[in-house]
Amino acid sequence: MAGPTPIPMPETALAISGLTVAYGSVPVVATVSARFPKGSMTAVMGPNGAGKSTLLKAALGLIPAVTGEVRAFGDPVARSMPRIAYVPQRAAVDWEFPARVIDVVQMGLYRRTGLFGRLTPGLRSEAMAQLDRLGMADFATRQIGALSGGQQQRVFLARALAQGADLVILDEPFAGVDAATEAAIISVLHGLRAEGRTIIAVHHDLSTVTAYFDRVLLMNRRAIAEGPTASTFRRAAVAEAYGHQLLTAIPA
Amino acid sequence: MGSEFVPLTLPPLVIATLAALACAAPGNFLLLRRQALLGDAISHVVLPGLVAAFLLTGSAAPPVMLAGALAAAALSALMIEAIRRTTSADPGAAMGATFTTMFAAGVLLLELSGASATHLDVEHALYGSLEALIWIDATDWSSLLDPAALAGLPPELPQLALICAAVLGLIAALWRPLVIATFDEGFAATQGIPVRLLSAALTGLTALAAVAAFSAVGSILTIAMLVCPPATARLMTDSLPRQMGLSLLIAATAAVLGTLAAGYLPLLMGLPFAVSAAGSIAALSGLFLALAAAFGPRRLPLSRAA
Amino acid sequence: MLDAVLNALILNAGYNAALVGLGAALLGLAAGCTGAFVTLRRRALTSDAMAHATLPGIAVAFLLMAAAGGDGRNLAGLMIGAGLSAVLGLAWLDSLSRTRLPEDAAIGATLASFYGAGIVLMTVIQNLALGRPAGLDSVLLGSTAGMLRGDAITLAIGAALTLGLLLLLRRPLIMTAFDPGHARLMGVNTDLTDRALLLLTLACVLLGLHVVGLILIVALLIIPALAARLWSDRMETVALLAGAIGAVAGYLGAALSVALPDLPTGPAIVLITFTAFALSALIAPRKGILAQTVARARLRRAAISGRR
Repeated sequence: MAGPTPIPMPETALAISGLTVAYGSVPVVATVSARFPKGSMTAVMGPNGAGKSTLLKAALGLIPAVTGEVRAFGDPVARSMPRIAYVPQRAAVDWEFPARVIDVVQMGLYRRTGLFGRLTPGLRSEAMAQLDRLGMADFATRQIGALSGGQQQRVFLARALAQGADLVILDEPFAGVDAATEAAIISVLHGLRAEGRTIIAVHHDLSTVTAYFDRVLLMNRRAIAEGPTASTFRRAAVAEAYGHQLLTAIPA
Repeated sequence: MGSEFVPLTLPPLVIATLAALACAAPGNFLLLRRQALLGDAISHVVLPGLVAAFLLTGSAAPPVMLAGALAAAALSALMIEAIRRTTSADPGAAMGATFTTMFAAGVLLLELSGASATHLDVEHALYGSLEALIWIDATDWSSLLDPAALAGLPPELPQLALICAAVLGLIAALWRPLVIATFDEGFAATQGIPVRLLSAALTGLTALAAVAAFSAVGSILTIAMLVCPPATARLMTDSLPRQMGLSLLIAATAAVLGTLAAGYLPLLMGLPFAVSAAGSIAALSGLFLALAAAFGPRRLPLSRAA
Repeated sequence: MLDAVLNALILNAGYNAALVGLGAALLGLAAGCTGAFVTLRRRALTSDAMAHATLPGIAVAFLLMAAAGGDGRNLAGLMIGAGLSAVLGLAWLDSLSRTRLPEDAAIGATLASFYGAGIVLMTVIQNLALGRPAGLDSVLLGSTAGMLRGDAITLAIGAALTLGLLLLLRRPLIMTAFDPGHARLMGVNTDLTDRALLLLTLACVLLGLHVVGLILIVALLIIPALAARLWSDRMETVALLAGAIGAVAGYLGAALSVALPDLPTGPAIVLITFTAFALSALIAPRKGILAQTVARARLRRAAISGRR
C-alpha cells in the first residue's frame, strides 16, 4: 500500500480495456479499449458490422469475449450489474409475446422483488410513474405488439428507468422511431445525465451526434477515436471509421 | 357402473391426465422460446438413456431410469450445441441429427443386448402402454377409500402425481424470472437472473416431465402434450397467465376424453377391442388445435390481425 | 460372424443381400443429395413432420387393401397411402403456419397429431390380427428382411427420378434457399420451387419407408448434408458429397443388417451416417474442431501480444 498516491481521475462509469470478441475464428471486435466518464453521454458510432452492439454486449458479459477486461464503477462489471440498465435493439425481442405494456415495465423492478418475490402496490405505482414519464401511461394495459415502433422503444426506456440504474446502455434507441419519440427519449436521457447518470448509446445518425451527445466513440472493429464530441467527431476520424464517403457536413 | 371402470379405466385416465398436465405446463414456455420441439427431441433421446441405465445397473427401478434418461437428455443438449457450433447449421437440423442418432443408438442397444426381451421394447417406447396400467385390487368406487386396495395402485400413478406436482410447483415459484428471461434474455441477464441456469432448469423440468410421462404413456403422448395444448391456448388469449391455465384445462380434457374414446368408441362401433389411448389423446389434442386455428380469437399474427 | 459381415460387404452374401445393399445405397444417394437442399432451406424438421405424417395413410391403405381381399403389405399401395397422408399433413402444417404460432410449434403439432392418429389405426390393425405376424412394424424402423427384387427396382427408379429432378432444378433451389426475395426478382417462382423441394423430400421419405423407416428417415436427409457442409462451401459439391456419404452409409448399414439379422436396418444406417459426420466435424479443414481450436489459439495469442 506504500506507493505514490495515483493522480485523481474523473470517476469512470465504464472502462473497457483490450476487449476482443470473435464469432468462430473471425474477430468482430479487436482489442478495443474505451473509457466512459461518470455523468457523460456517449455515442458509439461506426458503420454496419463495425461491432458496436457486440462491443456493448460483450462488455456486459452477455456474450463471451476472447480476452479483455471490463470494469464498471471501479468493480468488475458482473459485480456492478445492479447499477446498469441495458436496452436491447427493438428487434431483439418477440413483440407477439403475451404481455402488456405495464408487465414489461415491471420487469425493471425485478432486482427489488428477487427470485420468488411478488410486486407490492408501491412497486406497481412506481412502474406506472416511469411509464407516465415517457408519456405512455394511457397504454399501460395494451398488448405490447399493438404498439408502434416508437412506443415500443419508450416502453423499453421506461423499463430501464424503473431499474433506477446509474449507467444506461442503449442499442440503437432511435432506429425506426418517429421524431416525437426521438425527442421524448432524448429529453429523458438528458434528464438522466443532469442527475449525474451515465448514458452510452449505439447511434447511427451523423447529423444529430453533436446536438445529442457530449462524447463519441468511433470504431470499426477496433477503436478509432474517443473523446468529447467537439474534438473527436472530426472528418478525418469519421472517414477512417466509415471508409471514404462524402463527409462534407462534418467539421474538418 | 364402477366395477369395471374403477380398476380398468380410472387408473389410465388419471395417469394420462397427470402426464398431460406435467407436459403442458413447461410446454407454454418452450412455445414462447421457440423450443417447442425440445420435447420431441427429449422423448427420442430418452430411449438410449433408459436402455443404458438398465444394462449398466440391471435394474429398472424408477430412480435408475430417471437418472439414465436425464443423463441422455443432457448428453443430447451438449451434442446439439456442439453440432451447431461446428457446422453453423440451423438449430432444427442440429436437433434432428441429434435425436435421430440417439434414438437409433437406443434401438440398437435394445435389440443387440437382448434387453428387449426382458423389460423394455421399442413398441412400448413408441406407443406407450397406458392400457396396461390397471388397478387389479379395485372392486368399485369404494376402493378409493380402502387403504389395502390403494396400496395396489400401479406405481406409475403416485410417481406421476409427485412429478406433476413438482413441475407445476416449480413453474409457479419461478414464474416471474421465467417470464422475464423468456421475453428478453439479455435484459434478464443484466437483472442478475441466472438465465443459463433457468434455461437449464426449464430443460430439466421438461426432461423430468417427458421421462415420467414417457415410461407411462410413450413418446407420442409426451410430444403432443408438450406442444398442442399450449399452442391451442396461445391462439385463444394474449395473457400469459390465462394461456397457462387454459393449456392445462385443454390438456386434461384431451387426456380424459381421449382415454374414454379409445376405450369405448370402438365398442360403440361394434368392434370388440380398444385402440391406443396415447394415440387417441394425441390426435384429439391435434383436433383441438385445429379448432383453435380456425376459430381462435387470437389466431392471427399481429401483422395480419389489424 | 465376422465372415458373414465381410461377405455381405463385398456383395458375396447372395443375390438378395446384394440387392438390398444396392437399394439402400441408391436411397442414401437420393436422400443425401436432396437433404443438402433441405437443410440449406432450413426444412429439416418439416421433413420429419412429413415422415411421421405418413403413418395414418399407411395404416388406412393397409386396411383398405386387406378389406378388398388383397395383400395389405403391397408396397405400391402403402406408398400411395403414405404420400396422400403426408400431403394432408403438409397442408395442415401450412395452415397452422398462417396463425401466430411459430413454425417449430406448427411442426411439432402436425407430427404429434398425425402420428397419434396413425398409432390409433395401427392398434386397430393389430387387434384385427391382420398385421401379425408379418407386421407393418417395418415401416417404423426399417427392415431389409422382406425386400424383394421388385422393391429394389422401385427404389432404383425412384432414386433416379429424384436425382434427375434435383439436377434440373438445382439453380432455382439454390437461389431460393439463399435469398428468396432476390430469387423472386430474378424471375424464380419460389413457391413452386419450395413445393418441388417438398415433393423431392416426400419421394425420399416414401422410398425410405421400407429400408430406414419413417421415424429415422429424416436422419438420412440431414446428417450427410451437415457432414458435407464441413468440407465445402460450394453447393454443388456439398450435394454430391452428401449423396456419396448417404450412399456409403446406406450400403454399409444394409449389408450389416443382412449379416446380423438382429440389427434393425434403419438405426444401423443412421449410426454409420452419424459416424461419418463426427469424423468430418473433427478433421475437416478450416471448419473442423481441430482446425478451429488451432485458429482460436492463434487469435488469442495475437490479441494478447497486440495489447502489450
